[in-house]
Amino acid sequence: MQKRLANWGNYPAITSDENAFTQEEQLRKYVVANTHMIARGNGRCYGDASLGAHSISMLKYDKMLAFDIEKGIMDVQAGVTLDQILDIIVPKGWFLPVTPGTKYITVGGAVASDVHGKNHHVDGAFSGHIIDMDVLTGSGETICCSASQHPDLFWATCGGMGLTGVITRVKFGLKQISTAYIRQTQLKAKNLEEVIRLFEEYKHYTYSMAWIDCLQKGDSFGRSILIVGEHATPEELSAAQRKAPLTLPAKRKLTLPFNLPSFVLNTFTVKAFNWLYYGKNYKREMHKVIPYEPFFYPLDAILHWNRGYGKAGFVQYQFVVSLEQKDGLIAILKRISDKGWGSFLAVLKVFGKQESLISFPMEGYTLALDFPIRKGLFEFLDELDEIVLQYGGRLYLSKDARMKREIFWNSYPNAGRFADIVKQYNSNARFESLQSERLSLTK
Amino acid sequence: MPTILLLGAGSDMAIAIARKFAAEKYNIQLAARAADTLIPQQQDLQVRYGVTVTTHAFDATNFTSHAAFYAGLPATPDITICVFGYLGDQEKAQQQWDEAVNIINTNYTGAVSILNVVANSYADRKQGVIVGISSVAGERGRQSNYIYGSAKAGFTAYLSGLRNRLFRSGVHVMSVQPGFVNTRMTQHLTLPPLLTAQPEAVAQAIFKGIEKKKNVLYVKWHWRYIMLIIKLIPESIFKKLSL
Repeated sequence: MQKRLANWGNYPAITSDENAFTQEEQLRKYVVANTHMIARGNGRCYGDASLGAHSISMLKYDKMLAFDIEKGIMDVQAGVTLDQILDIIVPKGWFLPVTPGTKYITVGGAVASDVHGKNHHVDGAFSGHIIDMDVLTGSGETICCSASQHPDLFWATCGGMGLTGVITRVKFGLKQISTAYIRQTQLKAKNLEEVIRLFEEYKHYTYSMAWIDCLQKGDSFGRSILIVGEHATPEELSAAQRKAPLTLPAKRKLTLPFNLPSFVLNTFTVKAFNWLYYGKNYKREMHKVIPYEPFFYPLDAILHWNRGYGKAGFVQYQFVVSLEQKDGLIAILKRISDKGWGSFLAVLKVFGKQESLISFPMEGYTLALDFPIRKGLFEFLDELDEIVLQYGGRLYLSKDARMKREIFWNSYPNAGRFADIVKQYNSNARFESLQSERLSLTK
Repeated sequence: MPTILLLGAGSDMAIAIARKFAAEKYNIQLAARAADTLIPQQQDLQVRYGVTVTTHAFDATNFTSHAAFYAGLPATPDITICVFGYLGDQEKAQQQWDEAVNIINTNYTGAVSILNVVANSYADRKQGVIVGISSVAGERGRQSNYIYGSAKAGFTAYLSGLRNRLFRSGVHVMSVQPGFVNTRMTQHLTLPPLLTAQPEAVAQAIFKGIEKKKNVLYVKWHWRYIMLIIKLIPESIFKKLSL
C-alpha cells in the first residue's frame, strides 16, 4: 500500500509502497521480485536510512523464538521491539546488554544501526552481544552469520543500515540484574573541562552520559550535568521496592497528539535543565535509586515527543571524535553555541574502544543534539561536517538525513570494503534506501 | 487452564487473538494448513505467556478430514474460533471456476464442515463457545466482491441458525463482523482510518464479547449503522451504484 512515511525526525517524508510479512517465505518471494527495497522497523532512526521506494515493514515479523532463562539468551525474529523484550526478561532477572535512549526500536534496527548506550565504554555496542543472526540477502538466500561464521556478512550487517539484506532473526546475550532499579548519581559540572574530567573520574561506572547546556559562554562554556548509574542491588532498595525488586510500579504514558510550534520543545528542555541544575540539583552531587525506565528512557515517557519540533521536522546531529581530539569537540560545540540554531541541550558521552567495520562508535567523545529544519541549516551542517572530518571524526548514519557523500567516504575508514561486501550480498542493489543512494553506497 | 482452538491460526487476526487469550492464561491450539509454519508463533506464545501451545495441520477445504482432525486434538477446546477466510480475486472468480470454488469452499463450505463437528461435540457436552469471523461484505452483495460476500452471507446465516439451535444446550455462538482490519489480507487496499480496526482491537473485542455473551459483534460500532443504511437502499437504486 502506498503510504506517507517519515522517520523520527519527520524529515524527509516520502511516499512509499509498504509491505509487511509474517512468514519468511512471503518475504523471500517479495525480495526476489522487487528492487529499491529497504527493511524498516519502528521508524525510530532519525533520517532517511530506512526510507525507500518499497518498504519492508518488519513489525509483524515479531515472534520471540526462545528465551534461555538460565543462561540469559534471547532468540527473536527481528521485528520484535526492545520494550516487548524488557517486559519478558526484567521480571526474570535479565536486562538488555546494550540499549539506546528509546526502547521503541526493533532488534533488527538495533543491529542495522549497531546501537550504543550509556555503557558503551564498558560493554561496547549491540553487535558485541550477538551470538548469531539470519540475513535474507539479495539472492533470496537466508544466511546465518556471526563473528566466526560468514564474518564478512556479519560485520557489514552490524551498523550496515540494512544494505546487506533483511535481518530476520537475532540471537543475543543478556545482562543479569537483581533489581529493576538503577542507583543513579548526578554531578554538576561548571564547564566542559570539568565534565570531561568527571567522565574520567567516574569511568568505572557502567552507565554514564551528560546533558550539556549549549547556551553558556565564557567560564561556563559547556556547563553540564553528568549522570552515572549502576544496576541497584536489593540491599540498596527501599523496603517497599524490595518486596518486588524486579517489578516496576505501573505508570501512565503521556502523548503529544499533534505537532507543536517548533519553539515549544526548546522552551521545555530549557526549563527542565534549569530545574535540574538550579533546583533539584543544587548540591554538587545527588544520589538516588530510580526505576530503570526514567534512567534509560526519559523521553519515552512522552510518546511522539518528536512532534514538539513542528511539521517541518528536525535533524539530529551526532558525531564522534577521538579522545586526542578534544579540541575538535570544543571547536564544534563553540560553532553550535555561537550559531544558536541547535537544541538547547546536547548529550555528551565518552565511547570506549570498538573494533568494527562500519559501526559508528569509536573511542572518543560523541555529542548529539537536535536542529529544527530551517533555511540555511544544511549549509551550516555542511560546515560542521568539514570540522568533524578535519578532526578525524565521523557522523552517525542512524541520525543522518543530509550528509554529503564525500564526507561519508572520507570519514569512515572502511567505507570501500563495506561497499564491496554490500555488492556481494545485495546483488543488483535490490536493497537501497534514500541514504544509500545519497551516499553512493548502492549505485 | 481453559483451552482455545484457533482455526486458520496463521493470519494477522489469529496471531492477535492467540496473544490476547494466552495473556489471559488460556492454553492455545493453533491449526492451519501447514502446521510447521506455526512453530515460530507457538514458541512466541510460550516465551511471552508461559502457556501450553500445540500446532495442528488443518485444511479447511479438505472436508473429509475434519472429524478426524477434531478427534485428534490433545484436549477438547472450551472455545473454538473460526478465523480462516479467503478474500480471493473477484474478477478472476467471475472467469475461473477454480477461484470461485476456492472462495466459496474456504469461507463457507469448509467453515460449515468443521463447525458441524465442533457443534455436535459441544451440544453433547452442553458447554462450549463457538466464534465465527464473518464479514460485513456478507450483508449485501456488491459487484466488487460478491462471490466472497455471498460465501460470507451464507456463513453469517449459518452462525445465526447454529446460535438458535445450540442456545438450549448452553452453547454460545458469536458472529463477528470485523469491518476493515489492517492485516496482510488488506495491505494492498487503501482503507479509511476511522473505519479500520487493528488486529489487536479485534482480539480485545472478541475476548470481551465472549465474556458478555454477545451474539453479533461489530468491532467498530460505526459498521452496524453503515451496513444498516446500505441494507436500506432500495434494490432499484442499489443496482446502479458502483460500491
